[in-house]
Amino acid sequence: MDIGVCVKRVPMVGGKIVVTADGQDVDTRMSGFTVSPHEECAVEEAVRLVESHGGSVTVLTLGPPAAADQLRDMLALGASRAVLLETDGREWGPIATAEAIVAAVRDAGYDLLLFGNEAADTGDYQVAIRVAHALDLPCATGIKNLEVTGAGARARREYRGTEEVFDLPLPAVISVKEGINLPRYPSLPGRLRAKRATIEQSAPEWHPEGLRKERLWVPAGETKRAEILGTGADAVPALVALLDELGVLS
Amino acid sequence: MTVLCLVERDGAGAADVSLRALTFARSLGEVAAAVFGDAGAVPVADLSGFGVPVAYAVGSDELTGYAPQAWARALAGLAAELSATAVVAAGTDRGHEVLAHLGALTGLPMAANCASAAAGADGTLRLVRHRWAGSLLEDAVLDASRALLTVAVDAVAPVAADHPAETAVRTYQPGLDEADLRVVAAESAERSAGVSLATARVVVGGGRGVGGPDGFGVLEELAGLLGGVVGVSRVVTSEGWRPHKQQVGQTGTRISPELYLACGISGAIQHMAGCLSAKHIVAVNTDPDAPIITHADYAVIGDLNQVIPALVTAIRARGAGS
Repeated sequence: MDIGVCVKRVPMVGGKIVVTADGQDVDTRMSGFTVSPHEECAVEEAVRLVESHGGSVTVLTLGPPAAADQLRDMLALGASRAVLLETDGREWGPIATAEAIVAAVRDAGYDLLLFGNEAADTGDYQVAIRVAHALDLPCATGIKNLEVTGAGARARREYRGTEEVFDLPLPAVISVKEGINLPRYPSLPGRLRAKRATIEQSAPEWHPEGLRKERLWVPAGETKRAEILGTGADAVPALVALLDELGVLS
Repeated sequence: MTVLCLVERDGAGAADVSLRALTFARSLGEVAAAVFGDAGAVPVADLSGFGVPVAYAVGSDELTGYAPQAWARALAGLAAELSATAVVAAGTDRGHEVLAHLGALTGLPMAANCASAAAGADGTLRLVRHRWAGSLLEDAVLDASRALLTVAVDAVAPVAADHPAETAVRTYQPGLDEADLRVVAAESAERSAGVSLATARVVVGGGRGVGGPDGFGVLEELAGLLGGVVGVSRVVTSEGWRPHKQQVGQTGTRISPELYLACGISGAIQHMAGCLSAKHIVAVNTDPDAPIITHADYAVIGDLNQVIPALVTAIRARGAGS
């Protein structure tokens, strides 16, 4: 089976988000980039499916030229092909992003298109669904467990302490969440292969859409400082008194 | 100005997340509620309390379970019939999914996880929406003939209307395509046992400082004594020390306990996004400069492997003495 997986390059934010002076972006001068977590799991899931069913995994991203780094990381995990839909660094909205992906995958004959449920940074929750509609494919989102048989997929997700189960004919579009699997560490041969691999490229055209970003800002109230109860085990009496005050000791 | 709001049910009532969505929707106009199921299942008392004058019980013979695209098709039809200026849903798995389908069906933009919305002078909507699960906010302008919005549920408190409404219940039967019913959920009967992480009153958190898979026993013991559960940071699940279902964070579970006791957790954005709604955060950390110290209300500076066993002993001694 041939699987296409769409991933997004996002800043690695660590302990603090800093916004650039013009309020347009997250300041990444002190941080690196990574693949958005749900999407790394989507790649791992695709690699596992191909390990048991045969086939190929193509990883696609829409992003600046430097997003080739994230494609190589995913090749190192076991993807066989990589496609960069190159942008000029501008932020793309979900509608334009979905259109660019549709143009890239429409004739590729994938049996399954995997996405992350939502990107860690913009959190738009919709690119996979827009792609499914444009290709007239069935779609399930937020999936934490996926089984693929010959003709179809059984996809499960959590719902209010229980589970929803979706049966989809293939080809289909499925977005997954972290927890569906534990992504492997790339092997040394995988990393070497990724380094040498050719990345296919195209340059789709950006267009504006109805939802426009004006400014990014970090919410207030994030800079309080904890009252220190004490150091080491000596702080335990103060801690017990606090727990008592909070009413959590029976 | 009619605002159509998708209301999810929780037992006989409206789900808490939907009460928050209704509160948000009310700020944009007169709310019409859409509830999937038959008229008897409409949570009239909740809707009345939240000032909803009209509710539509949406259903048809073919619609036997949750079908995301069919729900979106129904909302598209109902919104058109009501000339709704906006369609609002809670920012849940279903809310995001149905509104994204609605966006795809209609070609309209969809703004996810809005914290607030206000009408601009030129017919646009000025939004504040969450990025990074609420760790970063975006001021945005939505220019669309009909606004499709999901509500960042932890950003909006559920506030009943000043004056309850007489809620009229009507039925709406959507016209569905075959393709709308390709994907229908079957709900499994399995329910997870025990206290849920999302709703626990006390969460004892463990991070990298726990040191390995064997270090969680004492945290479990403490959680048991406090009637709570253990939650962990992303590094703990990425290392395979604990299962992902225990992860608190942007890509795990969002918690809102009375007390979050975060042990050996540095306080990365990814993690803090999951515990912003905790009433009180107490950190136990060796590093007085760890980011968690700027998010916590109280802190103990020290090694959790000394502090937590001593705390367990002290709580047990207290119990034995009383």
